[in-house]
Amino acid sequence: MFRILLICLAVSTSFLSGCGSGSQRDQKLTITGSSTIAPLMSEIAKRYEQAHPGVRIDVQTGGTGKGIADVRQEIADIGMASRALKDEEQDLTVHPLAADGVGMIVHQDNLIGQLTPQQITAIFQDKINNWSELGGPDLPITVVHKAEGRATLEVFLAQFEIENPTIKPDVIVGHNEQGIKTVAGSPGAIGYVSIGTAEADIQAGVPIKLLPLNDVAASTATVANGTFPMSRPLNLVTKGQPSPLAQDVIAFAQSEAVHDLIREQYFVPLVD
Amino acid sequence: MSRSLIDYLLSWFTRAATILAASIVLLVVGFLIQESLPALRQIGSARFFTDESWHPLSDRFNLVPMLTATLLTTFGAVMLAAPLGIGSAIFRRYYAPPRIGWWYRRLIELLAGIPSVVYGLWGLVVLVPLLSGLGGSGQGLLAAILLLGLMILPTIALSTDVALTSIPAELIQGAAALGLGRWSIAWKVAIPAARRGISAGVMLATARAIGETMAVLMVAGNVVEMPTSLSAPIRTLTANIALEMGYAGTTHRSVLFVSGLLLMIIVAIVVLLAQLVQREGQHE
Repeated sequence: MFRILLICLAVSTSFLSGCGSGSQRDQKLTITGSSTIAPLMSEIAKRYEQAHPGVRIDVQTGGTGKGIADVRQEIADIGMASRALKDEEQDLTVHPLAADGVGMIVHQDNLIGQLTPQQITAIFQDKINNWSELGGPDLPITVVHKAEGRATLEVFLAQFEIENPTIKPDVIVGHNEQGIKTVAGSPGAIGYVSIGTAEADIQAGVPIKLLPLNDVAASTATVANGTFPMSRPLNLVTKGQPSPLAQDVIAFAQSEAVHDLIREQYFVPLVD
Repeated sequence: MSRSLIDYLLSWFTRAATILAASIVLLVVGFLIQESLPALRQIGSARFFTDESWHPLSDRFNLVPMLTATLLTTFGAVMLAAPLGIGSAIFRRYYAPPRIGWWYRRLIELLAGIPSVVYGLWGLVVLVPLLSGLGGSGQGLLAAILLLGLMILPTIALSTDVALTSIPAELIQGAAALGLGRWSIAWKVAIPAARRGISAGVMLATARAIGETMAVLMVAGNVVEMPTSLSAPIRTLTANIALEMGYAGTTHRSVLFVSGLLLMIIVAIVVLLAQLVQREGQHE
């Protein structure tokens, strides 16, 4: 028993001393928040831990709201927010991580090539409910919408300046994959999803297509160069002066060393 | 160890187990009440039934369409699965040749073991496009009923099978000795004798149908509206929690616990009703 304790002590002290920058006493970091960012942040944390033995990064989800609340209450060192901060959240510091575009999708066989913002608004408010009214075939429109609280929903509402209760959906989905499967299975459907996820699915042969918005093609490339209008930032947030370890992890997450991970999760790295 | 000591220890062990099991249920209920209290205080229980719609972020909290949807899908699924399940169990016990009966039973057990997400995925990819031929998106009340019915079918079939097996052999032999045919033995002797076991199985299946979440979420359309037709999209109370919990802020979160509490009350009512039905059966 004593021997085990001794080994533990020896191992932990060697980790501490091996950890360079000296002043680091808090070797554990807690990150909570957006379920959109969490898978990406877990990968980044794994890579950081490999390079810095002795550091434990705990990534938990629970939504952007939880991330912000936890950082404020100092339960978490870093919060994840998959949207810009609101006016009443300006007490926190934002560290942009990546971007995610939200694009309109329809079935691949749909003849419609593009829609104006007015047409999209009319479709979602059930003022237009057949594709023939837009020059397409005589096919009822199935409006695929997201559940309340989802960040993509908020981006969509803000883009078209629609109040959520005025929308008349035919189907409400949870996450992006469910939205894509629903549109792929229904020739008359229209919905909106994360562009990166949609691009990956289109490459895999899923029968959907992304519609351009304001004449800008919906792609990760146009999100990256900032020309695509409907996009959202993926942010890390902190309160007050972050610990040296937190600062180091944030700097690592913002560096080029993790751009491959960001692309793997279908997000868009920020270009300086 | 003397026999009385073993009995003594066992009696205390079983008492402890009982108290533990009961307190887990009470803890869950207590937790639900504690988490829903802020919403109940702030919003008041009446508004969950009188608000104009369910838009928690816009301060509208009507749960009635979801309550209706939960009851309708459960009722529909049980109406579909009970005759099929009981019928298939009777077929297996009294009509099927032994070898086919054996394989049939393995097949039903396999059906019972399929995870609900797999049912949901199959529903979304196969069932829904089929139903969309009838109009609408295909996601809606009918899809939910069909899928749920399929999911609870093995529960009813297997519990009926067990109930039929546990009937005293003398009863069946006596009926056969009286010259009754297979039809009369099955319907007039076996089913009434196995009635309690069968109704327990149906109750278990009903509770499963009420609580089922993932599969229904994937095929029901999830729009919160009073269903007006079989193809209308619906959202059940369970799907509501699964859809919104991950993204809910404080009040919204508490409101979701209220819908969980409502769900718990429905299940409790179902259990009590089943008890009443069984007790009536005893008096006959």
